[in-house]
Parts: sequence; C-alpha cells; structure tokens
Amino acid sequence: MKKISLSVRNDNNYTSNMKILVCISQVPDTSTKIMLKDNDTAVNTQGTTYIINPYDEWYALIRALELKENGVATDVHLITVGKADTEPVIRKALALGGDEAVRIDADSVDPYQTANYIADYAKTVGYDLVLCGKESIDYNNGSVGVMIAELLDADYIGFATNIQVEGTTATVKREIEGGEETDLVNFPVVIACQKGVAEARIPNMRGIMAARTKPLNVVTPTASAAVTAILSYEMPPAKAGVKMVSPDNMDELVELLHSEAKVI
Amino acid sequence: MNDTEAVKAIKGGEFLIRETPAESVFIPEEWNEEQLMIAETCTNFLAQHVTPNLARIDEQEEGLMPHLMDEAGALGLLSISIPEEYGGFGKDFKTSMLVTEKLGAGHSFSVAFSAHTGIGTLPILYYGTDEQKAKYIPKLASGEWKGAYCLTEPSSGSDANSGKARAKLTDDGKHYILNGQKMWITNAGFADIFTVFAKIDNDENLSAFIVEKTFEGITLNPEEHKMGIKGSSTRQVFFNDCKVPVENLLSERQNGFKIAVNILNLGRIKLGGGTIGASKEVISTAINYANEREQFGRPISKYGAIRYKIAEQAIKTYASESAAYRASENMEEATAHLIETGMDPIKAKLKGTEQYAIEAAIIKVNASETLNYVVDEGVQIYGGMGYSAEAPMDRSYRDSRINRIFEGTNEINRMLTVDMMLKRAMKGELDLMGPAQKVAGELMSIPDFGGSEEETLFSKEKKYIAGFKKAVLMVAGSAVQKLMQQLGKEQEVLMNLADMLIELYVAESTQLRVEKLVGMRGEEACKEQLDIMRVYVNDAAEKIFKSGKEAINSFADGDERRMMMMGLKRFTKTEDFNTTQARRNIAAKLIEENKYCF
Repeated sequence: MKKISLSVRNDNNYTSNMKILVCISQVPDTSTKIMLKDNDTAVNTQGTTYIINPYDEWYALIRALELKENGVATDVHLITVGKADTEPVIRKALALGGDEAVRIDADSVDPYQTANYIADYAKTVGYDLVLCGKESIDYNNGSVGVMIAELLDADYIGFATNIQVEGTTATVKREIEGGEETDLVNFPVVIACQKGVAEARIPNMRGIMAARTKPLNVVTPTASAAVTAILSYEMPPAKAGVKMVSPDNMDELVELLHSEAKVI
Repeated sequence: MNDTEAVKAIKGGEFLIRETPAESVFIPEEWNEEQLMIAETCTNFLAQHVTPNLARIDEQEEGLMPHLMDEAGALGLLSISIPEEYGGFGKDFKTSMLVTEKLGAGHSFSVAFSAHTGIGTLPILYYGTDEQKAKYIPKLASGEWKGAYCLTEPSSGSDANSGKARAKLTDDGKHYILNGQKMWITNAGFADIFTVFAKIDNDENLSAFIVEKTFEGITLNPEEHKMGIKGSSTRQVFFNDCKVPVENLLSERQNGFKIAVNILNLGRIKLGGGTIGASKEVISTAINYANEREQFGRPISKYGAIRYKIAEQAIKTYASESAAYRASENMEEATAHLIETGMDPIKAKLKGTEQYAIEAAIIKVNASETLNYVVDEGVQIYGGMGYSAEAPMDRSYRDSRINRIFEGTNEINRMLTVDMMLKRAMKGELDLMGPAQKVAGELMSIPDFGGSEEETLFSKEKKYIAGFKKAVLMVAGSAVQKLMQQLGKEQEVLMNLADMLIELYVAESTQLRVEKLVGMRGEEACKEQLDIMRVYVNDAAEKIFKSGKEAINSFADGDERRMMMMGLKRFTKTEDFNTTQARRNIAAKLIEENKYCF
C-alpha cells in the first residue's frame, strides 16, 4: 500500500467557525426506466421518481453531520442546483440533518455551469470544507467537485474513503489504483466522498418534522454559461442472452471470445 | 357543503343509503411530502434492519426483537400518533395507518410493532388518568418499555367478557390481587407493561389494569409453537396473587369490555393497513419472480394464467386500500368535528373511530382475505419454489393466516358488521327503513331499462353500485322482517349479508378513488386504474348476487322468493365486459414496472 503525504497549503484563511457546504444532487431513482424523447436529444422525465444522489447522501452529508455532532463543525449547509421541483429532494436531505439549504434556481446544462453556480454562492459565505459525492449516478461525470475546488482556489481530494478533521486540517484517506493514499490538507478543501466515509442513515421522525421549518433559500443564479451541450443520447444495447459453453470445450470458448465478444 | 351537510356526510354505515361524492374521499395518491418521507423511512427501516434478519427473527434470537423495537423507537416510529406532550409526534390517524401499512411487510416484526403501538399503548393513552399517562406513555412512545395486552384466556376468545381472571381488593384498599391465566399474549416475552382484563369480585363486566412486569406474581409459559409469525413472542401469562396498586385500575370499574371493544375498532382498521402493506410486498416479489423464471423459453410472466393471478392480486389490493384510507379519513373527520364541538380530543378520537366501527370491521375482513389470496397465488406463481422453505413465499403464506383470526375472527367481524348496522337502524341513527321500503316498492314497479341517462366515464359503475345498495337493502330488510329475533342465530344469513356489505363498500370505495384520481391526473394516466375499477365492480356484482341468492333461498319461498330473485338479478345486472382484456392490461403494467405500482 502506498502512503503519500501532500504538502500543506499555507494560504488558507480559516476561521474558528468551521462551515461545511454539502452539495446535493437530485438523481432518478435507481429502479427508474430511462426513456428518451425529442429524437433522442433529451431524457423523458415524466413519471420519474427522484432520490438524493447516494454518494452525496450516504457519505458526504452524513460525514458533515457527524462532524457537527462531534463538535468539530459549527454549520452544515446544503446546496443544490435545480428548479422548484428539486425541493422535495433537498428537504429529504434536510430531514437527515443540516442547518439550512440553498437552491440555486437554475436548470444546469453541464458540470462546469453547476460548479460555477455553487462556487459563486460558496464565495459569498466562505466555507472551510465542501463535501460532495464522488459522482452523481445519473450523468457520472464526477467533475463538479474538482471544478468547484478550482473555482474556489481550494484543494481537492477525490475518492475519499475517510475524513478526519483536526483544527484547520483534514486527514483524508482516498482510494487509488491498487491501494490507499493518506493526504493531509489544509482548509479550504473540496472532498469528493465514496464508500467508507460514513454509514448511511435513515431520516427519523424528528428530522422529517424539522425539515419543514429549516430555511431553504432560493438564490438567483449568477451569469455562468455552460461550455458543453448534449447532442444526443443512446440507449445501451439490449442485454444479450447468456451463451453456455461446456467446460470440456475450451476451443469453442476461445473462438467465441475472439469472434463474437471480440475481447481477445 | 354547509355545516349540516358536513355532519351528515361523516356518519358511519351510511354508505349503504347515501351517495358519497368522489371529491370527499381521501385517496392514497394524496399523501403529502412529509407523509411520503415517513413512509420511506419505514421502508428503509425494514430493508436495513428487518428483511435481512427475517430468519433470525423467526428463530427468536435472544434480544433481537426488542432491539429492533428500540431501533424503531429511535426513529420515532413507535410514537407517530402519540400526542407531543407525551413525547410523540402527534400525527393524524392516516399517517399512523400509513406507517402501519409500510411496516406491514415486516412479518413478525410488524406484529410486535402493531401490538406495542396499538393494544399495548392505546388503552393507557385513551383511558388512563393524567398520572397514568405521564408515567407510562412517554416510555412506551420511545420504546424504552414494551407493551402487551392480556385479554384472551384459554376458554375465553371471541366471547371476551366470559374471562375467568379475577381481581380482589385487599383489606387495606391499596391493592388489587390479580389471579388468572391469559393466552396468546403478543410481545409477552419482552413486555414491560401489560394491560390486563379481569373481573373485580363477581362483577358482570371486565375491568382493566395496568400491570408492570416487576409486580410480584407474574410468570410466563414458554413460547408457543405457531404456524406462522414465528418471530413474534406469544406466550401464556399467569397472574398468581399479583399485587396491583389501586391507582393502576384503568378507567372505571367494569369499563374493561368497552375499552377492549373500542381499542379493537382501531386495531381492526390498522390490521387492514398492515395486511395491505404485506400484500403489496408479496405482489412485488411474485412479479419479480415471474419476470425472471423462464419456462418453455419465455418468462412465466408472459403466460395468461400467471398474468391473471398478478392482475387479480393487484386489483384486490388496490380495492382494499381504497376502502381502508376512505374510512381512515372519515374517522379523522369525525374526530375533528367532535373536537370542534368541544369534546375532549381523546374522547373525540374514540367516538370518531367508533362511528366507523362498521367500516373498520369490513376493512379487517376484506384486507386480511385479500392478503390470503395474494400469498396463496404468490406461492402458486413461485410453483415448486413456492413450496420451498428457502424461498420467500413460505413465510408470507404462513404469516398471513393469523390475520383472519386475531383482532376478532373474520366471522365475528362479519356478524358485527351486520349487527352494528341493524342496531343503528333500530336506534334511529341510520334510516334503513325508508330506503328499504323504497326498494321493496321498486320491486313491484317496471324495471329501469336504462338509456335515458347521459353516459359518462363512471356512469355505469355508479349505476351498478346504486343497484348493489338496493340488493343489500332488499335482502337485509326482508331477512329482518322474516327472521325477526331469529336473525342473530341464522349465522349463515348474517355471513351472506356481511359479504354483500363488504363487496358494496369496497367496490364503491374503489370507484370513488379512481374517479377522484382521474380528476387529478386525467383519464389517459389512469387507464389501468380504470380497468381495476371495472373488473372489481363487475366481480362484486357476481359476488353480491351469489350471497344474496343464498340468503333469499334460505328464508323465502314461493312468490316472494321469485320476486326477490328477480329483484336481485335486476340490482346486480351488469353489461358484458371483457374482464380478460382488462386484467391483461393491468398485468402488463405491473410486469413492465416489475413491482406493485398502483
């Protein structure tokens, strides 16, 4: 296992009130059947049920809440980019915990635009720690977090599996190819979380009832343009049936892997 | 609607003689965001804590069930409708029904949960003094203390008031000495608080006592070996000179039977809610299997015989659900109205629930029998694997069966349905005579050949349901006239009448739900629901005809019988309708969604 310690930035402007911003993305429920429309240029969202992106919920949000419960963080704010129809999902996140939420009132087109909206807002408050999931399970770009870091001129750590905070620094374990890396980083930092960072929780009744009264501020988006456009979508090919090959017939298996599956 | 009409609209049992406007019923498609979040918490709780541990629960692993109850308590699920002043969340009745429904898929856990939050907690909440409530409710609400309810005895089941347990006041007047044997006590193995029913001295009626486990003289038999719900603790509880402080008498002396009956009204509709949740879960499991299991080169969900079963499971479940939430809303409205008139909220809750005791009994019977159908066909869809104890249907099949027995057997509930209806008529609370006479008059007149009314989306079903009401009024009215005092002893006729009432109520509830839903979402988005309604109402006509015919033939003869049979045919007549195609449409949607989706 490799162990690398990064040099610590010295240019942070940390205050004693540690503020965490958790990025919450709304994604279709995993059991949703994805349908396309408008000549395959858009996703048909009619009848779709939405959930909080699991990486945002199970890991980023819960770790933020733990840091507050442990007395390390003072404020946990949630942020999402979306129109009013994303409010049920952000309120669900508030039911788990968090002091307040912000909704940037915009339909974002690409990760760059989303990151700009979030970074512009984050600058107005000044967060020590920005947590997000390692990716959203709908578009799987995995790039909003790193873009926010760049726009905030903060450090970035991806694929985090453990986050410990002490004073103005965080010790973060992250998954790397074939092993694990431990980083020491100063605030401000953006960390993209995955399995290991925290354990999923179920919202309790108290949280659900409190969610209604927590502030959910709607913010007008800044003028940030998208840099990409989606031209079209394509459905994955239908799953082909399984072909059984007798264990005595390795030649046939090799032939099939070569000529049909084209993997060797 | 003005105030007088509003009051009229909330009377229980009136579905037989009045038309209910669709917009006045509550339908499950109207759950708000908060209620949906609570429901999701229940589903997640089962998925994380209960479903993966079902085998361990059924083996009664030491401490597991109380631990799960603690976990549920930590989430606040044991105190949904407990008032805030006692540490609860003060949610309305419908929300607590929703929680019961969602946790209803939890097998033995759901029994422990329902017993604790229902019969284990509510007698104290509804009948306790302020001191009793302050002492017991917060701990029951959090789950720190677990509750059980001791009514049944070896020789006293359906005839609850015949129990032999006795309480005697001590000479110093400080304690009751409790002696007796209680049987089938859910949660007995880990309960801290028992609500015990016993007669004081030679009283005619039961009294109720709050008994703490730590009081002297309580012993438990080993766990019963049961057909199903094996993980639920069920034991005999013995009280041998158990000393109960006088301040632990619940409510007044001899008020126990009333407590038992009123708590059961709530328990019955809640049981209905739980079985609806279980039905939905079993349907989803069965559909998923039918989609995966291949025979003759295709998934078995492609075959009509299997599709029929899937559709029928969903139709019955949707219909039961429509009735359960319609009545839940009515109970809530009735309670709210009584509170407005100045009644104490807890008294109002009991009174409001009691007003819908007929509907509660109907829902208990209908929803538990729906679950029985659903699990039976669930086993069948699984085929050989359905009979394997390794596959999920085995547990569902066995666990379902108790629901037709506890909270009053379905036979007792059927009799109660008719009995309460007739008693209300006799007391003048429900005008059955007028409408029944009108129907009798109609028998003599020329039948309505139809055609004059304007056809709308629901006009046919509304007409059929109006006919069902006439059929019930005709048969019931005639049975009362012919059999008079003997009717109570003619249990077969009572069963027939109850079945007619049940089908009527459930069919009408389904029709009203779909009508309201179409109003909300439009016809195009409700195609399958419209099919569900059409099939259900169509089949209800057949069932009402069959029950009516049996009843008529048992007590009428000659011209009277002929005339009544003609009337019955007229009142249950439906136009030809292709139920096969409708079921195919319903099944296609379920199979596509790979789960119960209505």
